[in-house]
Amino acid sequence: MFGDYSLGDLGSIFVMQGFAGLILFSVYVLMALGLAIIFGQMGVINMAHGEFMILGAYVTWMTSNFFQTYLPSLFSGYFFLAMILAFVASGALGMLVEWVLIRHLYKRPLDTLLATWGLSLMLQQAYRSVFGAREVGVELPQWMLGSLHVSDSIEVPINGVFVMCLTVLITVCVAYVMYKSRWGRQVRAVVQNRIMAGAVGINTEKVDRYTFGLGCGIAGVAGSAFTMIGSTGPTSGQLYIVDTFLVVVFGGAASLLGTIASAFSISQTQSTLEFFMSGSMAKVLTLLAVVGILMLRPQGLFALKVRK
Amino acid sequence: MSSNKSGVLMSDEANKGLLSPLRRKLLMGMAAVPAISMLPRASFAQTPATSAVNTTGLAVTDTEVTVGILHSATGTMAISETGSIEAEKLAIEQINAAGGVLGRKIKFIQEDGASDWPTFAEKAKKLLVNDKVAAIMGCWTSASRKAVLPVVEQYNGMLYYPTFYEGLEQSKNVIYTGQEATQQILAGLDWIAKEKGAKSFFFIGSDYIWPRTSNKIARKHVENVLKGKVVGEEYYPLGNTQFNSVINKIKLTKPDVIFTDVVGGSNVAFYKQLKAAGIDLSKQALLTISVTEDEIDGIGGENIAGAYACMKYFQSLDNPNNKAFVPAFKKMWGEKTVIGDVTQAAYLGPWLWKLTVEKAGSFDVDKIAAASPGVEFKGAPEGYVRIHENHHLWSKTRVGRAKLDGQFELIYETADLVEPDPFPKGYQ
Repeated sequence: MFGDYSLGDLGSIFVMQGFAGLILFSVYVLMALGLAIIFGQMGVINMAHGEFMILGAYVTWMTSNFFQTYLPSLFSGYFFLAMILAFVASGALGMLVEWVLIRHLYKRPLDTLLATWGLSLMLQQAYRSVFGAREVGVELPQWMLGSLHVSDSIEVPINGVFVMCLTVLITVCVAYVMYKSRWGRQVRAVVQNRIMAGAVGINTEKVDRYTFGLGCGIAGVAGSAFTMIGSTGPTSGQLYIVDTFLVVVFGGAASLLGTIASAFSISQTQSTLEFFMSGSMAKVLTLLAVVGILMLRPQGLFALKVRK
Repeated sequence: MSSNKSGVLMSDEANKGLLSPLRRKLLMGMAAVPAISMLPRASFAQTPATSAVNTTGLAVTDTEVTVGILHSATGTMAISETGSIEAEKLAIEQINAAGGVLGRKIKFIQEDGASDWPTFAEKAKKLLVNDKVAAIMGCWTSASRKAVLPVVEQYNGMLYYPTFYEGLEQSKNVIYTGQEATQQILAGLDWIAKEKGAKSFFFIGSDYIWPRTSNKIARKHVENVLKGKVVGEEYYPLGNTQFNSVINKIKLTKPDVIFTDVVGGSNVAFYKQLKAAGIDLSKQALLTISVTEDEIDGIGGENIAGAYACMKYFQSLDNPNNKAFVPAFKKMWGEKTVIGDVTQAAYLGPWLWKLTVEKAGSFDVDKIAAASPGVEFKGAPEGYVRIHENHHLWSKTRVGRAKLDGQFELIYETADLVEPDPFPKGYQ
């Protein structure tokens, strides 16, 4: 298939294809991080993850409208404030949901699947009633549109670079919080042995609530970032949920590193295959590969060694 | 409105067909005593007896007739179907304000298909069997229509289906008020080939029946008629949000025209990423058959400005019917609502049904099905439409160019109405 193209063309395509893969990787990591914390660390199967993302997207949309109407001069920087607000809104909703719903289900983790799925339906209908059934368009500041012109045939999308930087930043923050901070140690202690953690004086209820809130907050930031590359509608969250679970389960539920490794392998496979065959076939082959590997390694790529 | 005129004419014809001797005597009596028309029930003169216009037990009374509205008000498809619901309600309200159908006000029962195809079939059955509606305005996706089709055929209902679709279907019980594939695609391809001298085409669509069938027709047309070349044909699963790889392929193959039928949330992602990848739609020709004003709301005008869309209706159309329709729609549903191609086609449904009922002089489904061919609606916002023998509409094909404000600028329209051809020879 490459016979018709010059060497220069091919070179730039490989570069851009590399970027496409990296962008997909960042998107996967960003959407899976929140779930990795909730599902991986707490064992809660959060089917409403996509809806928490879309809450972030709607917050971004509202912020954008607010700035356009009242503070047009500051419009170019609104996105940063929008992401913070998205984190706060989704995190707060997450903590509320944990308090009302999830904390009663820690002993029945499979039931969280049903409860959060119901929650996702309720949230979708709530968005539909509040924001309308139609999709909304989030207007971006001029500097976030378009692409960086590297050479005549190589162009790098700015929003892709933005997502990449954001992903790195959030991953570093999460890793620091989970593995270096006192609070992170408490989270991991609760995950490993709830009763024992309580016995040594950790307020397990509080830890649960903040962990769930953090996971949902990160989902909100992801949703906010995805307004640049995807749609914002009541059911847009559903577009991400399958891929998100795929990444987390494939990576090994309890491991952040696993999530990153799995996002990397899935995104690279997908993006490379997409280039050589049609999009649908690429998806099928990627899923087949994941299923095959999970049959050999049911615990996922990386798993904590725990005594069962 | 011109339709009123034909409405009166047709109900006169209907009166001729009355069978009941009592009714005839009554009418003669009324003709003999003009003063009687001053009485409150004067309109009775134009209202034929229920027993005469409804021989199959539909929900028709002396003052009311019930129709069903069957769309997704919840679920994924609510994004698209909301506009159709709104248009149908507007049409019904306008028809009622103008005197109703055969002297009867239209009452509607709205059911929610919930974006779930079995639910559509179940609700259609409920409307036909329990509510005995005289007609159903409804369905949007081909999948929902395919689910409802056996039901309306079994219980002999009448469905007015608004969406442009892939064709390859025809039923006595369905009137297709949108375009079938050849009506939508061929004229647009001809135009862009002539206008841009386009020879190479890159197809990209969502992976289901409509884009695949449409692209099949488009490919045959490009290869056999336009003598051009299809340099790529790509499909992505519904809901896909990452298009960077295919955009790279487009950059590599440098087609004259990108021809797209990506739908739903994917649409938004596709255009945002196209723009971000530095493809400038003012230089790269892109022809879409899946983006209407409704979709641009979500995509954002700045991401798609410059693209061409091939439709039969644009909100910006400059004709007297549309100039009345757009403000009426906005008055009912809010200043900010936009009107896309399918919304307009949905608006045609109740009107075409009313005109057909008046032509047939009856609410009976068999008579309506037989009377449909030839029914013309001069008040259509798209200009003028007429029902073909095959229950599709004669309508024009138009090409519009997307502007920053989310509206289309009309660039081209076919001189004549395009004949609907749901089973195109040489394209299968």
